Amino acid sequence: MAKPKPRLSVPKNAKKGEIITIKTLISHKMESGQRKDKKTGKKIPRKIINKFVAKYNGEVVFQSDWHPAISANPYISFKTLATESGTMEFSWTDDDGQVYSKSAKIAVTQ
Amino acid sequence: MKSEISANAMTRRDMLAVAGAGILTAATIGFVPGSAEAKPADVEMAVKKLIGNKATKSGRIKIDMPQIAENGNTVPMSVTVDSPMSKDDYVKTVHVFAELNPRPDVASFHFTPRSGVAYVSTRMRMAKTQNIVAVAEMSNGDVYMAKTEVKVTIGGCGG
Repeated sequence: MAKPKPRLSVPKNAKKGEIITIKTLISHKMESGQRKDKKTGKKIPRKIINKFVAKYNGEVVFQSDWHPAISANPYISFKTLATESGTMEFSWTDDDGQVYSKSAKIAVTQ
Repeated sequence: MKSEISANAMTRRDMLAVAGAGILTAATIGFVPGSAEAKPADVEMAVKKLIGNKATKSGRIKIDMPQIAENGNTVPMSVTVDSPMSKDDYVKTVHVFAELNPRPDVASFHFTPRSGVAYVSTRMRMAKTQNIVAVAEMSNGDVYMAKTEVKVTIGGCGG
């Protein structure tokens, strides 16, 4: 499997107190564990992203636990308050323990 | 009020690529036909596991999904819960379930007072026409529940 690629849509600028919309996407098969290998008839083991965490200057503002019913190339959009300038960090945890992350800077003005 | 998208923006090409991947994988299904499926009672059990024996209230939750989903591999789902989202009164978690998928659990979304709005949008797999259930746990312990039926034409089950 190619290395999962995260993509973000985070506003570069915001006014303090503004509610901003964050959109994220990561390329990942999200193998549900329900599919069968056509040749062997055996079930292809589950391998999904099971956890997504969004931090804003180190503080968790949103997180999510995912099950195999989340579609391949998982997309998630949520909102957060623009409180101060800094960095938003996003991380995706794979069943195999690997963590993929990406961050984005945000400038917050009065 | 102008918002600029960061350099890491999802371009239209990315969105199309994702949509394309969804169509390609329709043939390589997410779910196996004939496998055991959850029942509404399983959702009840899954809910109990998460919130205990609390009574659930109706209202406050809005589940936004298409009436008819063309492709069960990727069905858009948004949930919004009416709440001030202040530190004394906010939505802690929204759990989503699918009554007739192989497994009932879909996802749990954990909000904070810094969320501003209890809103989340994602895409889910649906094996067939069924109810999608959302359960919202509030910071004061109250629990709300809502459900919506989504018809599925091509199931995440190949037909």
